[in-house]
Amino acid sequence: MCGIAGLIHRGKSSNVGSELQGMLQALKHRGEDSTGYALYGDTDGKNFIMRFKVGENVGEGSSSVMEDVSVYDERKKIVDQTLAELGAKVIKEERTLPYSLRYEIDYDVKDLLNFSQTIESIPGVEILSIGKSLEVIKDLGNAKAVCDRYSLDKLVGTHAIGHARMATESGVDIKSAHPFWGYPFSDVSVVHNGQLTNYWNNRRALENKGMRFMSECDSELIAVYIAQKMREGASLEEGMKDSLTGLDGVFTYFVATKDSLGMAKDTMAAKPLVLYESDDLVAMGSEEIAIRSVLPQEIDTYDPFDGEVKVWRI
Amino acid sequence: MANLKTVSKKTKAQAMGMHTEVLTGRTQQKFFNPDEAENFYYFGTYDVDFNKRTDLDVKDMTAPEANKEIDNLMSQGYGTIVIKNPQGKHSLGVGILNKLNLIFEGSLGYFGMGSCDGPIVRINGRVGWSCAENLMAGKVVIEKNAGSCFGAAIRGGDLICKGSVGARTGIDMKGGTIIIGGDAGAFTGFMMQRGRIIILGDVGINLGDSMYDGTIFVGGEIGSYGSDAVDSDLTLSDQDWLRRKLKVAEIGENFDVSKMKKIVAGKKLWNYDNLEPTEKKGAI
Repeated sequence: MCGIAGLIHRGKSSNVGSELQGMLQALKHRGEDSTGYALYGDTDGKNFIMRFKVGENVGEGSSSVMEDVSVYDERKKIVDQTLAELGAKVIKEERTLPYSLRYEIDYDVKDLLNFSQTIESIPGVEILSIGKSLEVIKDLGNAKAVCDRYSLDKLVGTHAIGHARMATESGVDIKSAHPFWGYPFSDVSVVHNGQLTNYWNNRRALENKGMRFMSECDSELIAVYIAQKMREGASLEEGMKDSLTGLDGVFTYFVATKDSLGMAKDTMAAKPLVLYESDDLVAMGSEEIAIRSVLPQEIDTYDPFDGEVKVWRI
Repeated sequence: MANLKTVSKKTKAQAMGMHTEVLTGRTQQKFFNPDEAENFYYFGTYDVDFNKRTDLDVKDMTAPEANKEIDNLMSQGYGTIVIKNPQGKHSLGVGILNKLNLIFEGSLGYFGMGSCDGPIVRINGRVGWSCAENLMAGKVVIEKNAGSCFGAAIRGGDLICKGSVGARTGIDMKGGTIIIGGDAGAFTGFMMQRGRIIILGDVGINLGDSMYDGTIFVGGEIGSYGSDAVDSDLTLSDQDWLRRKLKVAEIGENFDVSKMKKIVAGKKLWNYDNLEPTEKKGAI
């Protein structure tokens, strides 16, 4: 089933980590195999933030294979060496969990695609996100569990999207969890509710164009599809509109960039979405109760129509 | 077990223990003759007084708790119940088989007012997916917008949304009337079998797709027609009916119903030669 939620504050920052946690926790009945956050925090914009993992959560319910922590240490060491070889300087390093790391990197980007490919060529290493303000955090469990594990409730920013997942077509693991980073674009992330029926056809076509897939989750296709459209020169909104015909199946998805948040709904309107829109805040989710967690007062909400695409800027 | 080879065909089933009595009509007289009030019982119903009014704050209640409390209040004779702080909760007000004035001061989540038979409901907010699904009788009025599958499979009653509704409004409806003050999404009237849908605004693609019967009236633009949905002539009788319905629904007071489009089933999709027996009788 899965549930998605997102919000964007316009003209101000807020405690988006805590707000999104509340929204996703309200949707936990739609799936709590894993929960993911794409948070756009307030930063000085100088350095890149890279969230990556060197292993999987092998806790209860996981479909991943157990590995020793020493394996994670070894992978981290190789990442550090590779970054140095690429000329990237690690300014700040946080290792929240043995398999999950956050680096602030001083790096003069010439080719983020080459940079990402080089890092991910290390076996067992996956970049969850790269951006000047984006941080993708995803792990097994419900919204509160993940929020507590990564201390996300204090994160201040302008916008965020998130996903509560009920695993149906791929494993219970971090690599299949949403949000998906819009590789290789900095600060692009995607969450999706639905099923895509032309996943393999699109995947083969995009892989032939040099795009990478890390999981077998159909939702990852949306991130890659839009990233490819943007690579070809389309704007975010153009890429999203194109996806209404390029992607087959049922879907409602959100895409976020450094300064904007968008939603798209398939032409059959088969997947739910409730939307609240005001001058200073847009909040949306699979169910109204998600919005109520940040706006408990009586508000006007609506369901976007079939084939609708909307984009808001901060 | 009885020897089935030796018993007559007529009593074979009884010999197998499948029947313990022969229905002679007495049962129907006993339970369904309205003149015999003391014998008429409709499960889950109460005698209520519409002038007896109370508030119910459901802020800290789960949906089952809230619904149970509504039932409890009806059992105490309350005929007007005002629900405070519904806050988008799912499945509120389901399964009410009573005459009741029910007012929600706020919005409902999914499946609100499902499987009801008789209540008069006003929701001063919006509703999520599948509002009033399987409504048998009564009236449900939504002051704001509604989600998809609005009035799915309703059999009767009036379902009114003063705002706009999502996709698949009136899907599989078998009777009753749905009235929309604003716009409606794709697949409105999908596979409808009876009843009427009135939309004052625009409607999305595939209107009335695979509709078996029933009528759809549209005041605005139509995205596209679904399979077997065709235009029909709007008669003076239709217009009178529309005016009456809109008046009762308290929307579209000055709406010019004479310009509405009327959409019905083309009856080319299925084998309509095999009419139902009652229709055959009517034709004869």
